Order: sequence, then structure tokens, then C-alpha cells
Amino acid sequence: MSAVLELEHLRKNFGATEIIRGVDLTIQAGERHAIIGPNGAGKSTLYNLISGLHEVTSGKIRLRNHDITNRRPFEINRLGLSRSFQVTNIFPRMSVFENVRCGVLWSMGCKYSFWRRVNGNVEVQQRTEEILESIHLADKRHIPASLLPYADQRALEIGITIAGGADVVLLDEPTAGMSHTETARVVALIREISQHKTLVVVEHDMSVVFDLADRISVLVYGEIIASDTPDNIRGNRAVREAYLGTDFV
Amino acid sequence: MSMKGLLNNYGVWMVAALIILLVPIPFGSGFALSIASQMTIAIVFALAYNMLLGQGGMLSFGHAIFFGLAGYFTIHYLNWMGQGVVSYFPVSLLPLLGGLVSMVLGVLIGLVSTRRAGTTFAMISLGFGEMVTALTLIIVSFFNGEEGIQGDRWVGPEPLGITFGSDVQVYYLAGAWCFAAAVAMYAITRTPFGRMCNAVRDNPERAQFVGYNTQRVRWLAFTLSAFFSGIAGTLHALVFEHVGFETVDIARSGFVLFMVYIGGTGTFLGPVLGAVLITWLTSILSNFTEAWYLYFGIIFVTIVMYAPGGLAGLIFMHEPIWLTDPRLLRRLLWPYALGLASVLVALVGIIGEMEMIYHLSNDITGEFVMNLYGFDISLRNTVPWVICAIIGAIGLALCRKSFPLVAQHWHQVMHEARERVLQ
Amino acid sequence: MAGCVGLSAALCQEGVSVVQVLLFSLFNGLLYGMLLFMLSSGLTLIFSMMGVLNFAHASFFMLGAYFAYEISRLIGFWPALFFAPLGAAVIGAVIERYGLRTVHKFGHVAELLFTFGLAFVIEELVQMIWGKTNKPYLIPSSMDFTLFTWQGLDYSAYRVFMLLTSVGIFVALYWLLTRTRVGLIIQAALSHPQMVGALGHNVPRIFMYTFGFGCGLAAIGGVLGGNVLGTEPAMAIQLGPIVFVVIVIGGLGSLGGALIASIFIGILTNAAVSYDVPFGPFFALFGVSSATDIGNDLVRMTSGSVSSVLPYLIMVLMLILRPRGLFGNRDV
Ligand SMILES: Nc1ncnc2c1ncn2[C@@H]1O[C@H](COP(=O)(O)OP(=O)(O)O)[C@@H](O)[C@H]1O
Ligand SMILES: [Mg+2]
Repeated sequence: MSAVLELEHLRKNFGATEIIRGVDLTIQAGERHAIIGPNGAGKSTLYNLISGLHEVTSGKIRLRNHDITNRRPFEINRLGLSRSFQVTNIFPRMSVFENVRCGVLWSMGCKYSFWRRVNGNVEVQQRTEEILESIHLADKRHIPASLLPYADQRALEIGITIAGGADVVLLDEPTAGMSHTETARVVALIREISQHKTLVVVEHDMSVVFDLADRISVLVYGEIIASDTPDNIRGNRAVREAYLGTDFV
Repeated sequence: MSMKGLLNNYGVWMVAALIILLVPIPFGSGFALSIASQMTIAIVFALAYNMLLGQGGMLSFGHAIFFGLAGYFTIHYLNWMGQGVVSYFPVSLLPLLGGLVSMVLGVLIGLVSTRRAGTTFAMISLGFGEMVTALTLIIVSFFNGEEGIQGDRWVGPEPLGITFGSDVQVYYLAGAWCFAAAVAMYAITRTPFGRMCNAVRDNPERAQFVGYNTQRVRWLAFTLSAFFSGIAGTLHALVFEHVGFETVDIARSGFVLFMVYIGGTGTFLGPVLGAVLITWLTSILSNFTEAWYLYFGIIFVTIVMYAPGGLAGLIFMHEPIWLTDPRLLRRLLWPYALGLASVLVALVGIIGEMEMIYHLSNDITGEFVMNLYGFDISLRNTVPWVICAIIGAIGLALCRKSFPLVAQHWHQVMHEARERVLQ
Repeated sequence: MAGCVGLSAALCQEGVSVVQVLLFSLFNGLLYGMLLFMLSSGLTLIFSMMGVLNFAHASFFMLGAYFAYEISRLIGFWPALFFAPLGAAVIGAVIERYGLRTVHKFGHVAELLFTFGLAFVIEELVQMIWGKTNKPYLIPSSMDFTLFTWQGLDYSAYRVFMLLTSVGIFVALYWLLTRTRVGLIIQAALSHPQMVGALGHNVPRIFMYTFGFGCGLAAIGGVLGGNVLGTEPAMAIQLGPIVFVVIVIGGLGSLGGALIASIFIGILTNAAVSYDVPFGPFFALFGVSSATDIGNDLVRMTSGSVSSVLPYLIMVLMLILRPRGLFGNRDV
């Protein structure tokens, strides 16, 4: 196994407040890695740093053999890292199909082409159809994304994220706000799409986390207090005190 | 492809081509042809502007610089050809050259201005517009100040006897370019770039995370829009054989914004509608009133407030109804007629008052007489003021009664359409 | 240096010293700059609090001038100084309440479009009511005399009064922002625009007052400057873009930046006109000769003749070198 994503002494300040306080984390190829931690611990902020949305205050981020510290989001995406958002972040005025296709275009080499018909590209259409199938939205392809029910929007969010075929996928609370059956659906979906990929997922639902993850890191107040297999995390005292609560079995 | 499929895909374009071809038959007079030429130019410019505003979400207050500078270039090029300074270039292809000149400018200016979208972009575009306008008054040898420069489009060889000397010939030149440019701009909306343009407009943050450099997308949209604006500017120069600083200044930038927004930014057809309508209105209104700019301003503000989709948006609002059952539209006929009539009555009164005020403050003869709606009236007489006030008041009262009626019928019909779809 | 030779030659002709020109352009530049600040401060306040870029801001400057013209004809300049801005502020608040607020839900670009249309409508209405030609809005006769002569140059009483008033307004604004409760709320809103809603105040009403206040501030500028710059329908569209440039240079949302940029642009354009440095020698260095038409244009250029493009040039340079402006905390 080889390291795909490495964070070294990562720090981030917003004004005077230090939100990420020296995070070291290594994620192996093909791993399903969960990051858990209380609200406001800095999980989303960590994603924002890795994906290039925010500048880091200090530290290093490496994706395979590329230093991606403070690179711009589209560059990082082109290197094969894709992320989803905690707050649904789609193209509201476009149809479901168009939304997914936006995620496909760059990876299929369409770039900024303004001389080729987008509908004429069979590979793009096929790939888009595949993604639509896998997120179970194929029969809603013509509906404007803003009109979708919440759970479908979350699925679309994942669809856009994986559409470009990135092999490192960061999901931010994919099941937040969902019912039991919806959650089960999404977990199955995540399991399906994360085959042959490296997956990092921020998640609050512990049954999902322990079900899905190969490794778990616990982020509290901007610091990783433990990073281990699910079983060891379950038994880790510090984690139980800081986060899981004493009544967690 | 079957005949029907062909018609569905290309039918609209065939109709458009037919209209462009046939216009000179009923409207053959010099004046009518001039209006028609202006419409084709306005259509190209409006579509180019909408590439920026409607497709790319960038509001520019200085886009006329790409229109006007291409025009200046064209006139100079015509004159240089006449003097033999530059090699011959077919006049019919000059719009391409003009477009390229504007495109180069678009690349340079866009590099600075498209770093940001939204209001900041708008502000910077205004700065560039003002800068170029100021330059037209400073660099006299190129722009010749307020007078502008003139040229003669009748230069060089005359293939098939086409000289562009006559109005009809130059109209067909403009019409052909209008058609080609419209097709090209429509095609661009159907490309990967066109789609990402919309994506960047709707959610620039997300667009970066699917691999696209949003600044690059905006820059490209800006450049392409500059190219087509340059084509429009060149056509303007060829039709009028004159360009002055009024082709680059903020009034022209504002006017194209009016056209596009009043027509509707959301559809490809909207700007065309706006361009045709406003060019036509300008040509007739400017004969009757000096306050027409005021009326355009008021229409514009009203549209921004109550119909942000523009006229095309208002039309396409009815799409669900006519897709369900066109007969339902008939039930809207009466309420609409009533509402429209009330608005017209109110407008007659209000416009009458405004025209009188306008005349009163701008009267240089000191006689205070004017012609209003065909009546010769004296502004010292209180009767016309009172009559207009009464008409206006009646109109407004009618509006208050009829508008709720229109809304009520609209909701009923929409409701019924929805019911039928769900059944 | 070639430029200096040209400079002193120009001055010898007019028979005034470099120091005199310097003082004069500093004084007038400061005056013009403070006038710009009355517009740019209101624009900044409105922009920071509401996110609205008020294209019609200079139109309220114009309304101030026209109102002052009418009021001072009827009852005199001093009441005009009070009532004209008040009138403009009320109109601004009403427009915010019944126009801008309707558009708010469509986003900031729609708001900008609205104010753009508004600027057009106001200009046309002014033409409709007051005519297309300029109005004789004159300096009040009580202040139409030379207050003092310094370094051989006359300083008119009215201009000194203008300067003092605008400095007074600046001080009042500063006091308002730093020493009062309202000011602290505004400051909080300025530094955290997204937090305005969380202040626990009636946000729509704050917006209405802010807009009205900003418009009133612009109108004070119109009352003070209309009789010096000329009161005509085009005065808004001439000044408006410069005010935008000022807030871009100063940094969007920064009042301090707006002040510095206003004064900087004011002094720069005035100095460019009064020194009128010829560029001929400069272009000659690059071998440009007046033999060609375009060369002739370049050689004949002076800093005075290009003063109208200077603000825009500086804006472009600023955008390239420092996109967030002098003191901006957000990227332009
Ligand atoms: N752009 C920002 N500016 C200032 N503070 C921020 C910003 N983004 C996040 N924060 C702060 O950082 C902390 C961590 O937030 P976040 O990463 O969203 O937490 P989590 O995702 O773990 O719930 C919070 O206290 C939040 O207020
Ligand atoms: Mg979070």
C-alpha cells in the first residue's frame, strides 16, 4: 500500500482563531477513511484546505507525488481529487442531466471547446448516463436540480463529485438530514462508487462510519486525537471521553 | 434524418433566413431598409451582449467599446484601401476582420476585467468604457473627436457587379452576417464551453471543483462576445459609412443592455426580440417625442422589478399552458385585453402630462404651444393639463380593478393546466 | 530631465512659480477630493451594508444641486444646504423601500441593473423638469469674494467654506462611526457583511436608512459643488464613473480607502491640469516624431489633456498590481 494523500503539520487560522492546529494525516491508496468529530471541530475546513478552497496558514498537503498546498481547486481536481459539500452545492438552474455532465466534461477532454457539439460526444453522454444510473436519478434527468427533493439533491451532489472519475473522493456528511431508508441507500451508493477508489468521508452517523470505514480519524478542536481501525477507535479512551460519550458501546 | 426532424431542428432557422431574404420586398424604401439594416446590427450586438450577460452572468456597462472600435477600424481600413495603403480585402468579409480586432482587444481587456464576476466586473467594465470614450477625444488622428470619421464602402473590384453601393445590397450584407453570427452564437451555447459558461454563471464555486478555471471560462466568454460585437460594429460602419464616439460611449453600452434585458436574457430569442422591438420603437418614437429615452428607462426599471425574464420570459411563462392545451389560452384573452386597455388609458394620461412638462421646460420659442396627440394646445391653458390628469386617474383606477382580475384568471388557468397534466 | 524643462517653460509663460501651482492644485485637488469623498463614502456605506452598488449615486448628487438651485432661489442658500440633502435622502429612502427592496430577492446584479435604470430615469426626469441646458445655480453672494491671498493666488471665500464644510462632515461621520451606537453597528456590519442579519435589528429598515443617508450625503456634495462644477443634466454621468473608480482604488468596502483614494484622485487630476506637463519630450525619447498623424497626437499630449483618462488608467494598474485596492479586505 502506498500513501495517496498526506497532510503535514497543517494549520489554518481565521483571523486570530486557529481552527486547524497542526494536523498530520496519511491516507493509503484504496482505503475508506472516515473523519469524525464534534460540530465545529474543523472537518469541513480541513476539506476546504485539501481541495484548495482556502489557503493554508502553514503546513503541507501532498497528493501522490504532487505538492498541492495552496494550488487552485481546479488544478487539484484535475490531479484526481474530488470533493462534495456539506451544504448542497449544485447548479440549481440546470437539469439533473446537465449537472452530472458538467462534472464529466473536463475529464473527457472537452476542456473549453466552443466548436464541438456537446451532445455529439458519445463518450460524454454514455458516462453521464452511467453516473445517472448509479445515483438512481436516470428517470429524473430532465428536472431542474433546484426542484429535486433533498435526498435526491444529496445524491446528485455525490454524482457531480464522482462524475469526473477522480480516484480520491472526499465526501462531506453525505447522509446528513436523511431518513433511515435514504441513509441506507446512500451508504450502498458510497460503497458502490468507492470500489477501486480512495474514499475520505466526514460523517456523523456512527453506524454508517463503523460500517463503512477501514480507518477512522477523530478530529477535535482542530487536532487529530486518534487515527486507527474502527475496533481500536471504539476502545480508545480518549476518543470516548472527547467525543463518543461514555454511554457509547 | 427525416423531413420532420429536419424541420424541427432547422425550421426556425429557415424561417429566419426567409424573413431576412424577403424583408426588402414589402419594405423597399430607403428609410425602411435602413431600419431593417439597423435591426440586423442590433440583433448581432444584442446576441453578443447576451453571451456575456445571459449566458455568462457578466453585466457590462462598457461593451460598446468592442462595437465602436471595430467600426473605427473598418472605416480606416476602407479609407486605407481607397488610398492603396493596405492590400485589398473583400468588403463583404470585413466584419470578420473587425471581429478579430475586437477579439484581440477582448483578450487584453478581459484578462484584467474577468478576474471577478458580479458587481465588481460591472464596475470595471464601466471604467474601461469611460477610458476608451475619453481616448476618442484625445487621440484625434484616429478618432477625430466628436465629429468621427467617414469612409466609402464602394472600393476595390466588383465581383458580379456587387458594390454595396445601394441600400439593398448593404442590407443583404448585414442580413447575411446577422444570420451567420446568430447561427454561430446559437451553436456555441450547445458546446462544452457553452454549458460550462452557464455553470460558472450559476455556481462559480462548484464549477472550479469539476476541473474548470472559472476565470478562464469568463475570459473566453468575454473574448467571444467581443468578437461578435466587433462584427456588429463593422456592419454598423459599413451601413452608415461613419463612426463617431457615440458608437463607443456609455449610452450605446446602456442601450444594448436595455435591448437585451427588455427582450429577455433567459432565452436565445429574447435579445432578438428586444433588438427588433427597440430599434423599431426608437425609429418611430423619436419622431414624436424627445422624452423617449425616459420611457425606455421606465420600461427597463419596470421589467427589472416585475418581469426579470423580460418579454421573452413573459411569453414563455405561458409555455406550460399551451403545451397542455392551447385552448386554455383563450380564457386569458379577455382579462389580458382588459388589463392592457387600462394600462393604455393610464399611459395616455401620464405620457400626456410628461410631454407637456417636457415641452414647458425645454421651450425655447417662449410661445408654449405644442402638438399633443394631434391637438394643437397652449401650455398656458389649464384644460389640457386637467384632461390628461383625469384620463390618467381613470386609467390608474381601471388598472387597480383589472390587474387582480388578470392575476385571478392566470392562476385559474395555470391551476387547470396543472390538474390536467396530473390526470 | 526633458519633462522638467517642459514644465518650467510652461510656468515661465504664465508667470507663476512652481510652488504657487503646487499650492493651488493641492488646494483645489483637496476640495475636489473631499467632494468625491462625500459621494464615495455614501457609496461605500451602501455597498458594504447592503451589497448594492448604487449606480445612481451621482444622480443624487445631481438632485442635490438642482434642489439647492430651486431652494436658494426661493429662500436662500443656507436653507438649501439643509433641505436639499434632506429631500434627496427622503427620495432615496422611498426608492429603496418601494423599488430596490422589490429587486433584492433577485440578487446583487439585479439591484445594480435597477440602479442603472434609475440613473437613466433621473437624468431624463431632470431634463424633463429643468430642461437640457444648465441652470444658473450661483455661488451665494454672501461668500462670493476673495477671502485671502496667499503666495500670489486668490482663495475664494466659498471654496474655503466648501473645504471647511466637507472636512466638518468628514469629522462628523468619523465621530458617528466610532463614538455612537449606530456607528458601532455599522462598523460591525462593515467588517462582517454577512453578519448584518444577525445583529438583531430590523434589517430592512436599516437598509432603508442607510440608502437614504448615503443619498443625502451625495446630495450635500451636490449642494456644495453644483455651483462650482455647473448644474446640468450630464453632471451625474460625468462624475459617477469616477466615484466608482475611487472606491475600486481605495478598496471596496473601506471608508479609509475611499478617503485616501478620493483625495489622491482629486489632487492628481487637478495637478495634471494645472501643471499641464507636455508629453512631447517624453515621446521624443522613444523616437516619436510629429511627422506622422498619430505621432503628432502623442507629441501634442499634455498631462492636462489626458487628465480625464488618468483615474481609469490608475484603476487598471491597481487591478493588475493589487486587485484588492489600497485598503480593501476583499479582493476586487
Ligand atoms: N470562512 C471562515 N471564516 C471564519 N471562520 C470559519 C470559516 N469557516 C469555518 N470557520 C470556523 O471554523 C470552525 C470549524 O468549522 P467547520 O470546519 O465547518 O466544522 P465542522 O465541519 O467540523 O463542523 C467553526 O468554528 C467555524 O465557525
Ligand atoms: Mg462541517
